[in-house]
Amino acid sequence: MEKYKMHILICGGTGCRASASELIQTNLENALKAKGLDDEVQVVTTGCFGFCEKGPIVKILPDNTFYIEVKPEDADEIIEEHIVKGRQVMRLLYTDPDKKEIVSDAKNMGFYKKQIRIALRNCGFINPENIDEYIARDGYGALGTCFEMTPQAVIDIIKESGLRGRGGGGFPTGLKWEFASKNDADQKYVVCNADEGDPGAFMDRSILEGDPHSVLEAMAICGYTMGADLGVIYIRAEYPLAIERLKVAIKQAREYGLLGKDILGSGFNFDVEMRYGAGAFVCGEETALIHSMEGLRGEPTVKPPFPAESGYNGKPTNVNNVETFANVPVIINKGAKWFSSIGTEKSKGTKVFALAGKINNVGLIEVPMGTTLREVIYEIGGGIKDGKKFKAVQTGGPSGGCLTEKHLDTAIDFDNLLAVGSMMGSGGMIVMDEDDCMVSMAKFYLDFTVEESCGKCTPCRVGNKRLYELLDKITEGKGTMEDIDLLRNLSAVIKDTSLCGLGQTSPNPVLSTIDNFYDEYISHVKDHKCVAGQCKALMQYVVDPELCVGCTLCARNCPVDCIAGERKEAHIIDVEKCIKCGACMDKCKFNAISIQ
Amino acid sequence: MAKIKLAKDKVEKLVEICKSFNNEGSELINVLHQAQHNFGYLPAEVQEVVARELNVSVAHVYGVVTFYSFFTMVPKGEFPISVCMGTACYVRGAEKVLEEFKKQLKVPIGETTADGKFSISCLRCVGACGLAPVVTIGERTYGRVAAGDVADILKEYQN
Repeated sequence: MEKYKMHILICGGTGCRASASELIQTNLENALKAKGLDDEVQVVTTGCFGFCEKGPIVKILPDNTFYIEVKPEDADEIIEEHIVKGRQVMRLLYTDPDKKEIVSDAKNMGFYKKQIRIALRNCGFINPENIDEYIARDGYGALGTCFEMTPQAVIDIIKESGLRGRGGGGFPTGLKWEFASKNDADQKYVVCNADEGDPGAFMDRSILEGDPHSVLEAMAICGYTMGADLGVIYIRAEYPLAIERLKVAIKQAREYGLLGKDILGSGFNFDVEMRYGAGAFVCGEETALIHSMEGLRGEPTVKPPFPAESGYNGKPTNVNNVETFANVPVIINKGAKWFSSIGTEKSKGTKVFALAGKINNVGLIEVPMGTTLREVIYEIGGGIKDGKKFKAVQTGGPSGGCLTEKHLDTAIDFDNLLAVGSMMGSGGMIVMDEDDCMVSMAKFYLDFTVEESCGKCTPCRVGNKRLYELLDKITEGKGTMEDIDLLRNLSAVIKDTSLCGLGQTSPNPVLSTIDNFYDEYISHVKDHKCVAGQCKALMQYVVDPELCVGCTLCARNCPVDCIAGERKEAHIIDVEKCIKCGACMDKCKFNAISIQ
Repeated sequence: MAKIKLAKDKVEKLVEICKSFNNEGSELINVLHQAQHNFGYLPAEVQEVVARELNVSVAHVYGVVTFYSFFTMVPKGEFPISVCMGTACYVRGAEKVLEEFKKQLKVPIGETTADGKFSISCLRCVGACGLAPVVTIGERTYGRVAAGDVADILKEYQN
């Protein structure tokens, strides 16, 4: 690497690839070749930089220039101006929206300032397909350190660090490892749960795409502590790029003797295999995941026995999530004290969130536990899109809840989010504005749960369907006040009587929206109004007689002929006949038609 | 068991796939992934051959195929259209985009146009939330799609 004077890093994550980042890379390489600079400047594909809103991202080292929204045709100019002449391409730099100043170094951007990157430490820094780059950043050093300690000493470090499971459960990782280590068996397994099913969340995928070796290293460390010689990564088949990068990483680690027999001369054997999920949200639950690995339907079973006792193939198994594993090598390298100095009293370290929805800076962020929702949404996220008003933030995906303005100063950690009626979840964070109807939002999540319920427990299989129907009735303007009570009662039953986490949490979006947006439910039921203007059945298209010039265009385009009116006179829509297709509003050139 | 009507070369391919996983029942999901990769979908005949080769019941295979949303028993179109209905895309208007595809192609979700060209399905998050709403057609990803863009996108695939 040292022979190169400069490096051009380009994001090769799924989001940026969808915006032609591969072509940008080819163009950059060709432009370098044309200038005869390909010996001095190296173009490197990295994992996700996180700032997906402004992708594709190109970063130039050593001066840390951060170019945003780069297009393939910008490649020549970047090489000619920046690399050859040493002048930044101003038009591709980020402008701070508040101060209107150009910021060329990422660390001075609002989006990055409050972030601490532990799990994402290598994403956007190294080429994930080159093990040497991982090793150059202390990679596999932690594994070597562990071999000089007893397995129990390693477990003690993880316990002291306070690391808790990042998949959503928040169970102390060290304790989980200890349970698995104490069960004797001829065969044990380490499983990495990479079946990220929460819609709108892409934390694990980004880690696997950007830094696959950190997960492999942590799995080997876990294997060493519990006495397992096989690791299995259960990954979504919908993540082709992550699968590809993992395959490359496993192959390289084997070639370097970092996986396989007698790793680093320690006498410890460990190898990693992959299993593919096939699209079932419930497989995020560890017993369901294990059944799916065994080629069965992914249905959860009663715990105990816990997987630590009897898991994959009936053997002791430890299941951790991708992000949990990605934290492990750093904890070993920097120590438990360092890690536990970050975060809140009961939640240590950082958490990665996929920040999305109606927010200016969509992207992947990692913040210390204890950061407030307000800091995340306004400082990192840059506030609400198009200057609209903030309405709610949803955390925890289909298992979580919608929080409002009054919760914005909540410090994010496992316990605080539970206390206000949501949950940490795996890290999806969706921001909503005034145009989002909260009843429809609850319905959206229930639609998901109904589809994803495995069907084993009646309360979840049937109850969620009934919840969905009640919500649908309300959005159609046919709901009654009794329906709202029924929603509450049924939710309580489903939570109490379902076997696994899916059913136990699926009513949360309903309960939290009733609690926090009760007025909105009332206005749907009593006034037959949707304040957000999202519920089609409750909308009315109305012609403003002041603005209408009587051009007849709307009447001619109405598919059901429900608009009446003479030429040059104001038109009227028959609301009874109207099917609310919106064609009239689209066609009107005078903005005379509006929704009420 | 019903008589298997599958073409001989297809049966051979399936036998080969099962064999590559040592005909082990616990490899069922991997076998089905491979089979769908080769044939595009998993009709009853394919499931019967897989059941026979792995020595498990057809009901078991059917149970697994219908449990996981990734597996399909109906062939997809030449250009399979998937509209992301993850939360991030949903709040940025994916529903309207989906409606527009349905309107233009005149087929419901999960079905294929009469000429076999397009099929429409929903998927849950491709992870390109920065580009929401996202639509994928085959291997291509379209970002920030508005209902008004649908006609132009479809035009790219006509002829």
